[in-house]
Amino acid sequence: MQLLSTVRRIALAVALGASLATPALAAEREILNSSYDIARELFSAINPEFRDWWQAEQGEEIAIQQSHGGSSAQARAILQGLRADVVTYNQVTDVQVLADAGLVAEDWQQQLPNNASPYYSTTAFLVRKDNPKGIESWDDLVREDVKMVFPNPKTSGNGRYTYLAAWGFAQQHFDGDEEQIHDFMRTFLRNVAVFDTGGRGATTSFIERGIGDVLISFESEVNNIRGEYGQDDYEVIVPPVSILAEFPVAVVEPNAERNGTQDLAQAYVEYLYSEEAQRMLANFNYRVHHEAIVEEFADQFPETELLRVEDIVGSWEQAMDEHFAGGALLDQLQRR
Amino acid sequence: MQRIGDAPRVRRLLVFLAVALSALFLLLPLVAIFAQAFAQGVGVFWSNVSNEYTVAAIGLTLFIALLTIPICLVFGVALAWLVTRFTFPGRRILQTLIDIPFAVSPVVAGLIYLLLYGRTGWLGSWLDGYDIQLMFAWPGILMVTIFVTCPFVARELIPLMQAQGSREEEAAVTLGAPGWTVFRRVTLPNIRWALLYGVILTNARAVGEFGAVSVVSGAIRGQTNTLPLHLEQLYQDYNTVGAFASASLLALIALLTLVAKASLEWRAARREVHT
Amino acid sequence: MITLATRAGSAPKRVLPGFGLSLGISLMFISLVLLLPLTGLFGQLAGLSLAEYWAIITEGRVVASYVVTIGAAAVAALVNGAFGLLLAWVLVRYDFPGKRLLDALMDLPFALPTAVAGITLATLYSSNGWMGRLLEPLGFQVAYTWVGIALAMAFTSIPFVVRTVQPVLEDLPHEVDEAALTLGASDGTAFRRVILPHLWPALVTGTGLAFVRSLGEFGAIIFIAGNMPYETEITALMIFVKLQEYDYVGASAIASVVLFVSLALLLVINIWQGRFIKRLHGGAG
Repeated sequence: MQLLSTVRRIALAVALGASLATPALAAEREILNSSYDIARELFSAINPEFRDWWQAEQGEEIAIQQSHGGSSAQARAILQGLRADVVTYNQVTDVQVLADAGLVAEDWQQQLPNNASPYYSTTAFLVRKDNPKGIESWDDLVREDVKMVFPNPKTSGNGRYTYLAAWGFAQQHFDGDEEQIHDFMRTFLRNVAVFDTGGRGATTSFIERGIGDVLISFESEVNNIRGEYGQDDYEVIVPPVSILAEFPVAVVEPNAERNGTQDLAQAYVEYLYSEEAQRMLANFNYRVHHEAIVEEFADQFPETELLRVEDIVGSWEQAMDEHFAGGALLDQLQRR
Repeated sequence: MQRIGDAPRVRRLLVFLAVALSALFLLLPLVAIFAQAFAQGVGVFWSNVSNEYTVAAIGLTLFIALLTIPICLVFGVALAWLVTRFTFPGRRILQTLIDIPFAVSPVVAGLIYLLLYGRTGWLGSWLDGYDIQLMFAWPGILMVTIFVTCPFVARELIPLMQAQGSREEEAAVTLGAPGWTVFRRVTLPNIRWALLYGVILTNARAVGEFGAVSVVSGAIRGQTNTLPLHLEQLYQDYNTVGAFASASLLALIALLTLVAKASLEWRAARREVHT
Repeated sequence: MITLATRAGSAPKRVLPGFGLSLGISLMFISLVLLLPLTGLFGQLAGLSLAEYWAIITEGRVVASYVVTIGAAAVAALVNGAFGLLLAWVLVRYDFPGKRLLDALMDLPFALPTAVAGITLATLYSSNGWMGRLLEPLGFQVAYTWVGIALAMAFTSIPFVVRTVQPVLEDLPHEVDEAALTLGASDGTAFRRVILPHLWPALVTGTGLAFVRSLGEFGAIIFIAGNMPYETEITALMIFVKLQEYDYVGASAIASVVLFVSLALLLVINIWQGRFIKRLHGGAG
């Protein structure tokens, strides 16, 4: 009986609770991928493929464990001793924190192609059916009749990208005139209806609570959301100017060494650049670099000018110090 | 026998108020959870619940709760006995200290354990030298769960034992009964229900704790993912039905412990009638 | 029913056994489980000068969050005080169909992960939810205002009041009622004059605990708060923000403010409770 068997499995799991946490005794090698919170299904798709590929190449059975959470919280766990072998994050700063602590190679961005980001995305808009407010670009968002939803830049990397993308647009639009940029940003931030702490919360506010005219999030996300909640009820708008959001990966060297999985971990992050992996990534609406795949999915990703964080504010460090830190620009712009 | 508030009119009004308000305030959210869990039918609900990772999460959650309860029980009884049966300097301070877990928000609770036992913490780095890892494994989850749940038993017992006073116990001791017997025969029957409440609250909180556990768990699927963490993960994945299926399980666990309590009470009441 | 707990104070000789054992267990547990980890928090603060500490905890946005948090928590606690007393009374004194279910419901807020509570409440009270649809036309907006914050706080902390008052009420002997009624007092007067004095310590403790719990609550609130800067941001969110920035020191500083305020409140409650019991029984005895 199905119910009985499940109950038995739960009982077994309780009994084995203690053994769950001790390192696996099986001869099988395993690696742990510490990733951001919305990537569970992505890596659930990639991992079996990698396992099969490794088996075919090396004839070795391996296991891959996944851990997901907010990118910063995940990096914090590794800093404090979570023995993940590889990291796959959605914020460069979170890998950099590990590099600063000596857990990831200092030159990690040079160790793999494209700044160690096998895939990337940008910030895009999700609007309601037929785009009733006619939103096409960033300057439509400061209109009085438009309300937005995007996650809080204070708590979410996603939100920081949105803020910086708007800033980058304003810089271009006002030719660097500081006063006008600040005015633009002030209005922009005032048009936010709800500041959820994470991307998922913002999606819920927009979709299930019906708040706001536009949801701003990663292009991959808004496409996934549209797929999830109805192709006909929502439209994706990619603005003509937006920001480059890289999804960095790295091997956590001391942990891999400790676990004896250096070759496996390295192969895993490199595998993300392979044609098969890049196709899967594209299927999850991420932009990739592999030429054949780029061509194959050309219709799916409209061309747009992608600004780099470095071009907008100099560096991530400067962005954090000058914009997002307590009392910095973001706080000043939001003051009422 | 006439008691205050026994007049049918007062009684009906109060019961109506309590039931109506609870229905709006407590029952409605519960119904909403089950409605979401079964939004796509029993089949989808079941496939979510019997999923291998959900099963592992349920197992770990119950395992942690089973370990937490006896530890909190011993501590709670000892502390309640101490502060209600004796006066000594520092008694109020001690009683306030056990409220620390209420005063610390759960995420901070997790964080302070992480800062102490984590890789960079002074105890953690020492343990790391012996290759002992407490954080991001079940011992860490157990530790923070005990932290957030330890006040409940004591908190339930203290006001009651204070109100009851120690006259009965003193009489028993004066008559020459040994300490353990006094506790078992005199104290325990008096505090039985409060103790049970304490355990139920401990269990409920241990099973549902998210904030503190999320900081120290590492959230490795199938290994250190408790049910609340698993639920959060499903929600992030747009698997709303799966998330609420897990939530309904947690609500069910809470209701089951309450049913257990109710049946115990009923049996005890019946035994009293017979003797 | 008159306590002798105070007698040990006047008579230094301890009649009851178990002082050493219970003291040992309590002290060991409190030091290992509660105090030792707190050293981590203060370790973080040790690196700060007083001026730096002050600057972190009085930053404009943080101060605004204290106001929101304390205000909402106070409202939630007061509502819970009244509602909790009603529920405890009904559960203890009356028999009615569905009583077991009602009793079971009381613990629901503890059992639900707070995030689930938050998501569910936001679902119910947003303008397209079951409750929101009824309330919004009346001009009463709950979700994304401080009312929503208070609601989430009240939901997560209601068991504190009910479960603290309930056992004390159960323990109240019949004679108390009879005495009052025999003397011809009305229900209201009898309740106020006779029952309430016995319940005060538990009621205040429960309400106080509910208040303190609300100060630190995060998961249940963020989904319904809207989190608009200076308007509906709670203090726990400020701590969360600092953590996201890897600023453990800043997080610890704000957390320490919440901790001190909460502990001070709890200490006041405990001392008051002790005095109250003494006075009550001293006067009556």
